[in-house]
Amino acid sequence: MKLKTLAMAGAMSLITSVAWAGCAFENAVPVKSLSAGFQAWKSVTEAMGECGNVEAELDQEFRTKQPAAFAASPSLYHIGGVSNGTVTPLINEGTIRSLDDLVAKYGQNLAPNQLIKIDGKTMAIAMMVNTQHLMYRQDIFDDLGVAVPTTYDEVLAAAQKIQDAGVVDYPLGATMKSGWNLAQDFNNMFLGYGGRFTDANSMPMINTDAGVKALEMMKALTAYMDPEYLVSDSTYVQQQFQQGKIAMANLWASRGAAMDDAGESQVVGKVNAAAAPLAMAGGAPATTLWWDGIVIANNITDEEADAAFRVAMEGLDTDMVKANNDDAIWLISGYVPNRLAEGAIATASASPAPQSYPSTSQMGLMHTALGNELPAFFTGERDAAATLAAVEEAYITAAKEAGLIQ
Amino acid sequence: MRLKTFVWFIGPSVLMMLLFIAFPLVSVLLQSFQITQPVVETVEVETCTPGFTGQTCVKEWKTTPVLDDDGNALTTTEWVGLLSYTRVLQLDQVGAAIASGALGQILAIDFWKALRFTLTFTLITLPLVIGIGLAIALAVNNAARAIRGQIIFVSLLPFIITPVIGGLSIRWLFYGDGIITALLEDTFATDISVAANGWAIEALMMFYRIWHVAPFAFVIFYAGLQTVNQDTLESAIIDGASRFERLRYVVIPHLMPLIVFVALIHLMDAYRAFEEVVAFSSQAHRITLQWLTYDLLEPDDAGNRAISRASASAMLTMIGIVILLVPLLRRTWRDHKGSAH
Repeated sequence: MKLKTLAMAGAMSLITSVAWAGCAFENAVPVKSLSAGFQAWKSVTEAMGECGNVEAELDQEFRTKQPAAFAASPSLYHIGGVSNGTVTPLINEGTIRSLDDLVAKYGQNLAPNQLIKIDGKTMAIAMMVNTQHLMYRQDIFDDLGVAVPTTYDEVLAAAQKIQDAGVVDYPLGATMKSGWNLAQDFNNMFLGYGGRFTDANSMPMINTDAGVKALEMMKALTAYMDPEYLVSDSTYVQQQFQQGKIAMANLWASRGAAMDDAGESQVVGKVNAAAAPLAMAGGAPATTLWWDGIVIANNITDEEADAAFRVAMEGLDTDMVKANNDDAIWLISGYVPNRLAEGAIATASASPAPQSYPSTSQMGLMHTALGNELPAFFTGERDAAATLAAVEEAYITAAKEAGLIQ
Repeated sequence: MRLKTFVWFIGPSVLMMLLFIAFPLVSVLLQSFQITQPVVETVEVETCTPGFTGQTCVKEWKTTPVLDDDGNALTTTEWVGLLSYTRVLQLDQVGAAIASGALGQILAIDFWKALRFTLTFTLITLPLVIGIGLAIALAVNNAARAIRGQIIFVSLLPFIITPVIGGLSIRWLFYGDGIITALLEDTFATDISVAANGWAIEALMMFYRIWHVAPFAFVIFYAGLQTVNQDTLESAIIDGASRFERLRYVVIPHLMPLIVFVALIHLMDAYRAFEEVVAFSSQAHRITLQWLTYDLLEPDDAGNRAISRASASAMLTMIGIVILLVPLLRRTWRDHKGSAH
């Protein structure tokens, strides 16, 4: 036992001593980061670790920890991994710093579109984009002579054909787990039908034609899904694809690499990606655009911020992208889009283009209200109008409590 | 005992109880009558986000908190009386449902939905936990001495497993193509989707709770069985009492204080059911009161959390537990008074 521990300790120190081999400088200041735990973050934090003295925490629950941890003085983390959805509380509470000086000093390799600017100040550095778009089994589509659907009506028609052919368990998969996922699925469809969440006075505008249409389309799609769709999150849909149980789904681009992971997937090379389908003719693809990137805490010394930013730049450099090209749709120079990136690129460059996920306090409350109230529609407890009325009421209560409306 | 010694004896526990029970309770009670809001202003903000070729910049009006000179958000705290309670209970909705005659709609409102499930869950699992715990205890007590140790060990396993892990293992047996579901599908040549049915999830959640807690009841009852007066039992046998009569008139009366104790603990625990919702992802179909409190307290992506409503919901949960416990506590109190004289 003791020998084993010693051997482990030896191995660990070996790792740290050779660690900065892949880094341009040797980092002497201890730096901690907190980010989500998906593959792209693993690659980035590993590359940061090569500089030494970096402690990376990868946690899917980062969004609940980050605001409080960054508000502490000194901040518990130096580097934060955020997305456009989770950066809101950090900006609102002023717990992250403006990066303009640091970008001027160390950011020579950054592309201008990586700088997330708020009122002209760079507050975050984006590293990748993400979106939910159509992933489908090319082999099944070819066999059955089904064209890649571009609208949700075509998705329904294609699903019917695949169902009739009986080649997979369920033609469709969807990230419709009650809570955050289901709400996001609704957001996609709602925006696809041209809906707007709130008006200028923060009052909800969900119980509208677009809202009802979105719910009805989602319900129509569920007829072709595993009946357990209300517990199905991104990982579940990814596994359904990998095990050959479904033929298509509107899934996150960041899950693409997993389709070709020979260790897990039985459908290597068979899954392709296309733009997210349109909900209505002439509309934008029914999805939202996301970015992921890094922020630097405000409540740390300038010296620490300096080191943290340099380390982060090492994590976001071309070497890292070259080594992990397929993990994400990188914004970093050196990225070569692969076949699975085509869907996200087609989605983002559609005209009209889908919106970025709105990062506002109102949207946070709306997302929660949707996640809690929508399941009643899918279990049949309420009809579409009653469900949307319940969402609006839940939102108004929460918005009043948060002081957003009087 | 001298007063000073007495104080030294109980001082630390009183301090701990004040610090960890009384103080948080008072604090939650106060927060349920208060609403703390950030001072917000609406400002026009230009945000630039990345596209593939260049940046997209949008100017929009955003509501942001006002920060003071130290960079902390300014807040206001207001006493609001029972406002948060009425918001949790959604009494206007309940009134509307009663007025329109659609009583079923009451159970679609979060709090009442949670209350309905929590009560059913608590009251159905209670007799089963006590019954099964007692049955295992009697079986072990009558088992041959040589294998008793092993049986006790095996019976205790469900109680030792971390709750969420235990819940997840049962979920994996049934959800999707879980082993048991697959077996049933093969046997009956049908397609079964356990997680698509509210009642099936409800049954699984109860099954899990009974499986997890029955060993606790068993250990308590088994200890109690060791102190049953053997003379009374023997004289009952001589009097010609059947096995059932001995159980009914000798063993159970002897175990009664323990049964009340187990019932007390179980009512308190089951009413606070939470891990079942997480382990079985049952939010779409079934929620509990404790989960409701947690959900209100959990910050969303924009950092908002409903602390006042969460406090009100927590207080309502506590009131519910107290109401459930009153009959049992009165009984214990009566017994206590009776035995004192």
